[in-house]
Amino acid sequence: MLGHLVGVLFDGVAYGSLLFVISIGLSVTMGLMNFVNLAHGAFAMLGGYACAVLMTRAGVPFLATLPLAFAAAAAAGIVLERTLYQRLYRATHLEQVMFSIGLVFMAVAGATWAFGPSQAAVRLPGFLRGQVHVAGLDFGAYRVFLIGVVVVVTIALHLMLVRTRFGAQVRASVDNAVAAAGLGIDVNRVFAVTFALGSGLAGLGGALGIDVLGLDPTFPLKYMVYFLLVVAIGGAGTIKGGLVAAMVLGIADVAGKYYLPQAGAFIIYVLMVALMILFPAGLYGRRT
Amino acid sequence: MNRPITTARRSILRRFAAGVLLGLLPLTALAADPLRIGLILPLTGPFASTGKQIEAAVRLYSAKNGDTVAGRKVQLIVKDDTGVAPETTKRIAQELVVQDKVNVLAGFGLTPLALAAAPVATEAKIPMVVMAAATSIIPSKSPMIVRSGFTLPQITGPIADWAAKNRIKRVVTMVTDYGPGIDAEKTFIARFKAGGGEVVESIRTPLRNPDYAPFLQRAKDAKPDALFVFVPSGEGLAVMKQFDDRGLKQAGIRLIGTGDVTDDDLLENMGAAAVGVITSFHYSAAHDSPENKAYVDAFTRANNGMRPNFHSVGGYDGMNLIYEAVKKTGGTANGEALVEAMKGLKWVSPRGPMAIDPASRDVVQTVYLREVKIVNGKPWNVEFDKVENVRDPGN
Amino acid sequence: MTSAPAPDAPRLPGARWSAPEIAFWLLAVAAFFAFPAYRVLGSQILITGLFAVTLDLILGYAGIVSLGHAAFFGAGAYAAGLLTVHGWGEPVSGLVAAGAAGAIVGYATSFLVVRGADLARLMVTLGIGLLLYEAANKAAFVTGGVDGLSGVSMWKLFGVFPFDLAGNTAYLYSLAVLFVLFALARRIVNSPFGLSLRGIRENGRRMPAIGSPVARRLIAIYTISAAMAGVAGGLLAQTTQFVGLDVLSFPRSADLMIVLVLGGTGRLYGGLVGAAVFMIAHHLLSDLNPVYWQFWLGLLLVVVVMFARGGILGGVDALRRRSRGASR
Repeated sequence: MLGHLVGVLFDGVAYGSLLFVISIGLSVTMGLMNFVNLAHGAFAMLGGYACAVLMTRAGVPFLATLPLAFAAAAAAGIVLERTLYQRLYRATHLEQVMFSIGLVFMAVAGATWAFGPSQAAVRLPGFLRGQVHVAGLDFGAYRVFLIGVVVVVTIALHLMLVRTRFGAQVRASVDNAVAAAGLGIDVNRVFAVTFALGSGLAGLGGALGIDVLGLDPTFPLKYMVYFLLVVAIGGAGTIKGGLVAAMVLGIADVAGKYYLPQAGAFIIYVLMVALMILFPAGLYGRRT
Repeated sequence: MNRPITTARRSILRRFAAGVLLGLLPLTALAADPLRIGLILPLTGPFASTGKQIEAAVRLYSAKNGDTVAGRKVQLIVKDDTGVAPETTKRIAQELVVQDKVNVLAGFGLTPLALAAAPVATEAKIPMVVMAAATSIIPSKSPMIVRSGFTLPQITGPIADWAAKNRIKRVVTMVTDYGPGIDAEKTFIARFKAGGGEVVESIRTPLRNPDYAPFLQRAKDAKPDALFVFVPSGEGLAVMKQFDDRGLKQAGIRLIGTGDVTDDDLLENMGAAAVGVITSFHYSAAHDSPENKAYVDAFTRANNGMRPNFHSVGGYDGMNLIYEAVKKTGGTANGEALVEAMKGLKWVSPRGPMAIDPASRDVVQTVYLREVKIVNGKPWNVEFDKVENVRDPGN
Repeated sequence: MTSAPAPDAPRLPGARWSAPEIAFWLLAVAAFFAFPAYRVLGSQILITGLFAVTLDLILGYAGIVSLGHAAFFGAGAYAAGLLTVHGWGEPVSGLVAAGAAGAIVGYATSFLVVRGADLARLMVTLGIGLLLYEAANKAAFVTGGVDGLSGVSMWKLFGVFPFDLAGNTAYLYSLAVLFVLFALARRIVNSPFGLSLRGIRENGRRMPAIGSPVARRLIAIYTISAAMAGVAGGLLAQTTQFVGLDVLSFPRSADLMIVLVLGGTGRLYGGLVGAAVFMIAHHLLSDLNPVYWQFWLGLLLVVVVMFARGGILGGVDALRRRSRGASR
């Protein structure tokens, strides 16, 4: 019984880790630029397809595709930020929603055109398949790997924000963009780089997620709700909030399905409504 | 590709106006009254791969058999209903009937879409060939409906019988929590119990389900001899991967199911993970017959290497059904006469011998038992046994 | 939420209908005769338009962002559908039942929605919508689940007009219902009650200071909007004679939001214009290219946002202002 519990917690954390990597960029763009970017999933899909295409058509090994998936999504992010997104920072949230949904429609049709409507797949290297046996318990090797990646990403993000000059600029811009600009911080550049970073992380998450979430052209629509959940529950603009929210969601989802499969999808939605009513600004959101 | 949108706002409005007006021009006198087939498919959205397979098969059929039948030119009108909104499917059916004056409606990717359109066929007295939607009740909803695909209970029965006869005693079932899934679950449990087996647990997974791992873990912890799975087309890949990853195979649990799980469209992507999975189904791209060899060959060549799957034969045989019926009626397109002509038709399809039951207008066909094996470096559903003349048990 | 660009100035509740308004409605009647082949599409545009107007009531006027409006639409659709399945196929009373169902669900959930900021409201409405969807799927013995509720057969409207294949009855019936509810909505937003809603949208904290009970007002408009959305759902169920589970789905709520923003929020007509443009564009594009039409529809949305702030009607206003400025 206890073994089951450990297994469920482990799976939940792994699932949450994946949600965190994909969603954290959305949380940052909402917190930093106050931009509701529903097209965030499209960047994740781009990273996923980059990984799948590199592996199946160019024979690049899985691990080597991960930085490339990050780079592809980040590059797309910076281009779109400079050409389109930055013109809409002052638009209403509703217009941002319509704009980003428009982008999603274009991405879905584009992906169908380029890759066909079926599920894409990647073949993981042998050492990431199967299970690892520790103390009589089985852990999925790939899930151990996912958790490892998230630990590395989180530490890197944290160090970047706390230790580097750029990190200080980001924090200053989040707190007060106008005052930050007044202090001589190039806020536009901060926005662009941050947007690219967020998109890149989504791309990395998309590539990592192929094996767990699947990958087809409707990806950005299918998981939009989950990404929004992480941001809304965690509170926009905080890494800690996003991390906690992703873990809560991951564990609740897995535990619900394992222990109460007949309750189906209810658990996660009830949890979401309850949390949003109790913490309207998110668990770690700043109350305004 | 057309470029109906330019960047200037005024131009958009003008083009909309132009488009609306163009749509109004009456479709006058197109040479000696062609036979019009309105094909309604999900070509976008979550079920786009179904539509793609069917459209490709239908086009292949026309290419192979010519676009004239019994002296009438065949005109295909393909429409996308996005696969999710019944009111859109019904509207398109109404427009095809009222405006395009089609002689046959065909396609229909999912049950609710077919059910919504059924009254249109009844009222207009136009045959409606259901190529993909697979719940039992569909043909009973209109006397004009004929099915060329399959029904879920029809293809679920044989795997239950096989399991009961092959030393599988305890089974966990896992199906998607919606109409077809529940159909599969009911049929499997009834037949498997009748064969002396025991179903230890029945898991239903939500429709929108990002992660199968916890359900599979639960199935694993119940320690059955086999896990019976039904998931909608396209989801099989995720199930198969997690099944492999969780080590259910190593724990001595076999994976059995309906052929949707080892969908030919995705089987290559599943790779070695799928080897050994036993399913029952009406079509395998590896079916050993000259008709199927020619079909798979032509299909893959015409579609950039895509393997035909079970939805494709639904489309291909649906076209055959229409062509044969028109031949039989000598070219009249009277709807009731066409349906009458379709009843009792028999032919050899790429999937094997099949027929239309005159009473229920439903498909009667051979259901095969298959095992996934690697042949020439690629996984295929290799048939090893068959049950002939299977009807929908609901009828 | 930053407010939408200045909508029309408020009028008196009984304000006369302006010439462009009258022209708009005449156009809707004219479309019936001008496009006989598109009456079914027309009726669905009118229904979506009505649905969008109901969202405008809470979003454009009271500032409540919702991604779960399909909950009320679906409740209405199932109410109207179930009524006929169980033997009562009279259309107008069916719509009353649909409105009541929408109102009940709306009132019951309004308490969860009136508090909280944009993102929280967005997620709460979304969550309620998803829960209802799952509940309707689980309750397949009542709703038919994913297979849908078939066997919806309507009696003739007023005992005279059958719901025909060409959509004649559907179009005129939908238009009549839309007009009645629109006139009601127009009266509401121009009333003192409607003004107080705009005040809440602009600054909810100051409204109590001038004696306006914020929560009560929001609950009232939310319930009214839900009731009208229920009627829209009922209309769809009756004219389609089928209810699919997707009446409750998230994409329906999301598309609705797009329709309204495309047309322009806070001006009632925005929802109608948005529904017409969105659905006609969808129809034409998917006829031209059944597989990749989404790309062009997406491009349309992006282009409208880039060049017309405040949606299409916002863009029209800006053009009018510019031309007036030039002539001055």
